[in-house]
Amino acid sequence: MIAVTINGRRADVEPGTTVAAAVMRGQAGFRRSVTGELRGPLCGMGICMECRVTLNGRAQERSCQVLCAEGMEIATDA
Amino acid sequence: MTTDVLIAGAGIVGAAIAAAFREAGGKCLVVEPKIVGGGATAAGMGHVVVMDDSPAQLALTEYSRRLWDALPLPPNVEREHRGTLWVAADAEEMEEVARKHALFPSSEILDERALYEAEPELRPGLAGGLLVPGDSVLYAPCAAAWLLRLSPVRYTAIESLTEDGARLADGTMVSAGLTILACGTGITRLLPALPIKPRKGHLAITDRYPGFLRHQLVELGYLKSAHGHSNESVAFNVQPRSTGQILIGSSRQYGDESPDVRPELLARMLRRTVEYMPRLVDLQVIRAWTGFRAATPDSLPLIGPVRDRVWVAAGHEGLGITTSLGTAALLVDRLLGDTPAIAPEPYLPERFP
Repeated sequence: MIAVTINGRRADVEPGTTVAAAVMRGQAGFRRSVTGELRGPLCGMGICMECRVTLNGRAQERSCQVLCAEGMEIATDA
Repeated sequence: MTTDVLIAGAGIVGAAIAAAFREAGGKCLVVEPKIVGGGATAAGMGHVVVMDDSPAQLALTEYSRRLWDALPLPPNVEREHRGTLWVAADAEEMEEVARKHALFPSSEILDERALYEAEPELRPGLAGGLLVPGDSVLYAPCAAAWLLRLSPVRYTAIESLTEDGARLADGTMVSAGLTILACGTGITRLLPALPIKPRKGHLAITDRYPGFLRHQLVELGYLKSAHGHSNESVAFNVQPRSTGQILIGSSRQYGDESPDVRPELLARMLRRTVEYMPRLVDLQVIRAWTGFRAATPDSLPLIGPVRDRVWVAAGHEGLGITTSLGTAALLVDRLLGDTPAIAPEPYLPERFP
């Protein structure tokens, strides 16, 4: 298992789990649009940009395109 | 149909002229083949900036900036007085800082430490800068639409100029007391002898990263790259938008009239940007595009008559957003016979016989 944190809380996931899957499993939201709407993964292939999160301090990363890695810090704004 | 003033082009320059003539009591018709503010107006950065490559450029940009500040722009124009921070990389560029400081009364010289306090993301080792607090940024297509809010716009092209006006592409004959061509690089289709050439530029915009950047930053090496004679140049020029996005420029190219983004030039521009702001490499660029500046041989616009009842207002190169309002004021003063606020002679088309 791989240990990551989602909004500061530890989560253990299987190797090969995308960040998007980890966030969904943890039942955290992904982000809010500029007008305050709740947004989350739609296309799952890096095109729609709806699943963006902050990864290890880097904002606006597409969570569906990144696999979880040991110690990764995932932050959502929703 | 008849009108007092026929204006070709609904970019920022045509829009400013329409607003100024309307305010002076004239009846205007604006003719635009595409959309309001859709050409160089939309492609550029919307930087209202005082520039001093020549005394005439300084006079027109300062005057125009004052006119912008007097306008009650609506919120969708997203005007912010961010100020321009001219970044000096070395001692030679600090001399340019001192020279500009003497010309810009409210400007402030920043030493190395003050520069990093103002913009912490700049790379270490820069010499300093000049902060010009009165400069602003705005979203120019919305500014053009606002300036045109009370003026009729007809969406068609001008097919040709006639004795007393123009024939439009939809077949309409327009009879006008005065025709003003404000159609940027498109002007040479109607007046092929004008010394205006398209100078292509690339731009890119990032996703939203609020707080990453505070001022519009421009490298002073810009002077070497933008005004040198090399055919292709790039310069560090970044702007914070009210959304938190960062608008990234700039490139300059003669001889490429294709609107396509050229990946190698875009890459060169982004590398230049990252040389100045290393952590920008981590930000996502979401869009890149190009536009065409209307450039003249002496980097000053053509503002005034070219023949009986035909005036031009074009060739503003990279300063059309800033200088649109001064351009319009000069033309209205000319028509009314009023004394203009600045000397109009340096911009008269007749300087190129």
